Amino acid sequence: MSTAQSLEETLPLDGVQPRLPKLRLPNIEFPTKALYKLLVGLVFPFLLYLLWKTAAEQSWLPPQILPPPDFVWDSLKDLLATGELADHTLVSLKRVLWSMALGGGIGLAIGFAMGLSPTAKAYLYPSFSLFSQFPVIGWSPLMIIFFGIDEALKVSTITIAVIVPFAVATYKGIQNVPAKLLEVGRTYQFSFTQTLWHIALPAALPAIVGGVRQGGMQAWLALVFVELLASSEGLGYLLSYSRNLMQLDVVVVCMIVIGLVGLVFDLVLTRIEQHFNRWAPKGF
Amino acid sequence: MAGTKKFSLAKLDLRGLVLPALLLLIWQLVTQSGSVDTRIIVPPSAVLESGWNTLIGGELWEGLKASLFRDVSGFLLGALAGIGLGVLLGVSRFANDFLGPTFHGLKHISLFAWVPLLSAVFGRDDLAKIVFVAFSTLFPVVLATLEGVRGILKSQIEVAQVHGFNRWQTITRLVLPAASPQILSGLHLGLIYAWLATIGGEFILASTGEGLGFIVIRGRVSFHVDLIIVGMLFIGVTGLVFNHIATRIEARLLHWRGVRH
Repeated sequence: MSTAQSLEETLPLDGVQPRLPKLRLPNIEFPTKALYKLLVGLVFPFLLYLLWKTAAEQSWLPPQILPPPDFVWDSLKDLLATGELADHTLVSLKRVLWSMALGGGIGLAIGFAMGLSPTAKAYLYPSFSLFSQFPVIGWSPLMIIFFGIDEALKVSTITIAVIVPFAVATYKGIQNVPAKLLEVGRTYQFSFTQTLWHIALPAALPAIVGGVRQGGMQAWLALVFVELLASSEGLGYLLSYSRNLMQLDVVVVCMIVIGLVGLVFDLVLTRIEQHFNRWAPKGF
Repeated sequence: MAGTKKFSLAKLDLRGLVLPALLLLIWQLVTQSGSVDTRIIVPPSAVLESGWNTLIGGELWEGLKASLFRDVSGFLLGALAGIGLGVLLGVSRFANDFLGPTFHGLKHISLFAWVPLLSAVFGRDDLAKIVFVAFSTLFPVVLATLEGVRGILKSQIEVAQVHGFNRWQTITRLVLPAASPQILSGLHLGLIYAWLATIGGEFILASTGEGLGFIVIRGRVSFHVDLIIVGMLFIGVTGLVFNHIATRIEARLLHWRGVRH
């Protein structure tokens, strides 16, 4: 009796009332909130755009210094249509990827050496810590003397910028490998390669991937710098060349592209980092 | 990190000196052997001599003074603006919705990409360089401050409400102290970026002025590699000194948190 009654009581409540708001909450409120956030976030850039447009129309500043927005838009379309922008971007990306591979390899090697062997650490760490505190771009003038202003200059400067974050992340990652895991390895009499491959590397992987992200950011920073300093192609070159011709519309276009590439870098690398970090706790 | 261990002369590990000594030795031998162009690979003695000359000649101090002036003034501007903006974005949800997307969009533009635009607007002199240094300090400081403010617990704010703090008191007595560890590490990072920007700005906008970066560029233009190396070394040492001071200040100011390690 009592069960039937409670069933009867709960049925209408369960079946109609609580479900409706539950279904509606995520479906309606979430998009409006996101939309609201998006709109509010767009207000400020839009205000800036209006200020920019008015300033250009009223010529508060000479058009060489403040090109009207339409101008920037036209330059963007021009640069896209001629393929110039794509070419320069590709050149820059290629430089970054080469340096990431080269600097990443060296950084990993240094990091692994310092992390795994106390002897290697004793020899390398003081020099490395000194090296890592030098501003990366400080090396570029010396590199210009050694390598000229060609491709080797860019790759070497960016490589130097990449080594430090890679090495630091790898070193810390291996330092933080739980001692228990290493003990297990010792119990099973793992060889050095087995310890490295089955214990140190998987445990240090999230930290290393974090280093990849840091390295990518540093590489992009160093790339723009070195291309501004001495270059004949690439985004930084286009930037500096247009600046010297006072074509600030092209300068703004370049900055937007540089920002977008940086954003994509960040998004992709953060995703990868999250992926590995999500995996990591399950391992233990 | 390195600063946490107690330094003692007896325990000093000399093995760390092997690598630099070896490099120096190779450098010396290579330049002595005569198999390389000593204009490109200058002997260590030439670097020492050139370093001594710039030190004695006062050129170095002038350069250091000019660079430090830009670095410090830009850093102060950027740090103040950064803490202000960080607190604003952290405390006010509206400010965060309103300004946050713009800020987070702009931060993706690689730092040096700002230089051409800033130089077009502010000229190629000190002003443009200082603004650039301030800019590069701003981003890490805002991000760190934001993180610190976001970390404040609701219970902490409730205590402030119980005590009847007004807005200003809440910020100066609760928000800033509670976020100070993150703010300080943000300032530390900002200091590193400020020095990077000071030198980078001097390299890219090298046409005018004095400064350590300018010494290096002059060495490059006149093909005096010894001068380049001397300039680099002083840039590096200044950065090291900054880093050391910042670490010490951070440790001192955060003493109240107790020992962490």
